[in-house]
Amino acid sequence: MFSRHIAQRGRFVGVAALTMAAGLVLAGCATGDAAEPAADSGGDANLAITFLPKNLGNAYFDTSNAGGAEAIAEFGGTYQEVGPTEASPTSQVSFIQTAIQQGVGALVVSANDPAALCDSLDEARSAGVKVVTFDSDTNPECRDIFINQAEAEGIARVQVEMVAEGIGGAGQVAILSAAANATNQNAWIELMQAEIAANWPDIELVDVVYGDDDDQTSFDRTAALLQTYPDLAGIISPTTVGIAAAARYIQTSEFKGQVVVTGLGTPNQMREYVEDGTVGAFALWNPADLGYLAAYAAKALVEGSITGAEGDSFDAGRLGSYTVGADGAVLLGDPFVFNADNIADFNF
Amino acid sequence: MTELSTGARRERVMIPHSRALWKRVTLTREAAVIGMLALVIVVAMNVVPNFDSPLTVTFLLRDLAPILLIALPMTLIIITEEIDLSVASIVALSSVTVGILTRDGAPFELAMVMGVLVGAAAGAINGFLVTVVGLPSLAVTIGSLAMFRGISVGLLGTQAVTDFPDTWTSLARANIPGTPVPAIMVVFVVLAAIFAIVLHATPFGRGLYAIGLNQEAAHFSGVNVARTKFVLFVVSGAVSGFAGVYFTLLYGNARGENATGMELAIIAAVLLGGVSIFGGRGAIHGVIAGVLLIGIIGSALRLAGVTADIINVITGVVLVLSVVGTSFLAWLQRSRASARARGGNQG
Repeated sequence: MFSRHIAQRGRFVGVAALTMAAGLVLAGCATGDAAEPAADSGGDANLAITFLPKNLGNAYFDTSNAGGAEAIAEFGGTYQEVGPTEASPTSQVSFIQTAIQQGVGALVVSANDPAALCDSLDEARSAGVKVVTFDSDTNPECRDIFINQAEAEGIARVQVEMVAEGIGGAGQVAILSAAANATNQNAWIELMQAEIAANWPDIELVDVVYGDDDDQTSFDRTAALLQTYPDLAGIISPTTVGIAAAARYIQTSEFKGQVVVTGLGTPNQMREYVEDGTVGAFALWNPADLGYLAAYAAKALVEGSITGAEGDSFDAGRLGSYTVGADGAVLLGDPFVFNADNIADFNF
Repeated sequence: MTELSTGARRERVMIPHSRALWKRVTLTREAAVIGMLALVIVVAMNVVPNFDSPLTVTFLLRDLAPILLIALPMTLIIITEEIDLSVASIVALSSVTVGILTRDGAPFELAMVMGVLVGAAAGAINGFLVTVVGLPSLAVTIGSLAMFRGISVGLLGTQAVTDFPDTWTSLARANIPGTPVPAIMVVFVVLAAIFAIVLHATPFGRGLYAIGLNQEAAHFSGVNVARTKFVLFVVSGAVSGFAGVYFTLLYGNARGENATGMELAIIAAVLLGGVSIFGGRGAIHGVIAGVLLIGIIGSALRLAGVTADIINVITGVVLVLSVVGTSFLAWLQRSRASARARGGNQG
């Protein structure tokens, strides 16, 4: 009885094996085109480009990779998107290895760790794969080019411009930040103060308060600001948690339509406030443009028209021409301003 | 008619012994897994672009090495009808230990040894709770899975240590000169040989099967059940600790989240390889084939451009089919046999 049992198991595993094999055949047939390096397109250059986001099922990367796919379709390369289901550096390694095995021309990566992917990316580069990082960089020596979504000066200036436009260039404004020791926010606040002092003499920055990137705290700080400064005309919140909390407070208060809320936010979070007029405009970079630019940078590297050295410049389709800066970084540009006219085009 | 049914009955009675030797050798669970492995390799080589390359061997074995290593003690533990769910958390604990010691300036050789020792100590805690306190290993190691993981994440927080000596990281990534086979496979082959000999050719190993089949009977036959199990948990911890050191070097990072979920991959592969979850049966070669099979399916599907979520689903379906399916077919066989015994149609 026992050995019979085993024999049946054996036979069953055999059946499972055939099923698996059939599955593999089908998978191979179905996706063979996508996986095959596009050796014949774009002349001699291997324009098979693989996008490796931090993880799959992330609306931000769906948007950025769609931008990459758009660019690759324009210049006739082969687009492939792979990625782990959970955002960890280790799980990205096997996908880097797969790209090496496939002999792709370039790999566009958003790194889950600045250093941990370096050994694998080195292997890829010594196998002739060009490496572009976007959104989240590795150490500069581990990749050819980094596509930087935004730099501090641009982020600060665009936020001041948005609030200035909202309040008509004059009045009291306050800043609702994240934690008091948040490095990014503090750098931006300093630059915003400089920008106001230099270019907006009629705007008075009355206070900076900290909502600790906590929804309720940010909400309470907003209420307190409006109590303390009855003439307050605008609030800048350079953090996605803060801007949403401030907008939520304003939406249901008597200040709706009188106090301008702006800052850095994501379209999905801010959609209802923009659609009902609580918020006129807010900023962030456009992930689709980021992916689009990364794809063109990969193309230029593969074709050999640039090496990633400072001063190299390349064409990026509808975005125009870009120049590589220090440390192989390419700046996408000023943050993208979202408003009632364009917010419907974004989902992230 | 009478003659026929007599023949059928006689066949049924004779089955366990009438099977030809070649059938008894080939129709085992292990042989089936090895056959399936060969089939998947052949199909993948012919169908999946770029699978047929030395790089595949290098990357596959390098990434599978931690799973292959830990599957060895896991096989022995499951054969005794116990389980160790905490192995992946021990990998992380070892990794974090290596990371912290390295960061704080300890000699790297010491850090690596400490990684293995911390693993062994963690295994000893499991072993103590199972054998001395007498708790079920499922409960103990679910607890220690969470505890060791918590300690690992707590020790390093959101930080990661990523700066390790180049000589060691390149050794972890090196191949045996002149081959595409990673150097870590030397360690694995030696360990696998030791585990196979211990399991299949020593009284200790026979004792493991005895414990798995009937713990009381084993005890009264003179097997020291508690000591045996304690040793297994310590060995499991030490091997997991070693795998953690290798993992740290291979991926160049020590962080608390390392190897999350790896215990499931290991246990799934061990079961696929023919080890019974109810103890008492299994073999090292089947387990190795099981690990390679799951690894190669994943690797081939990734190369074919299948996304990670779909790969998880496919791997899961294969495992469920192989485990549930065997029970189902055994049931089918039994009901057919009883139908025949009642004089029904021949199967």
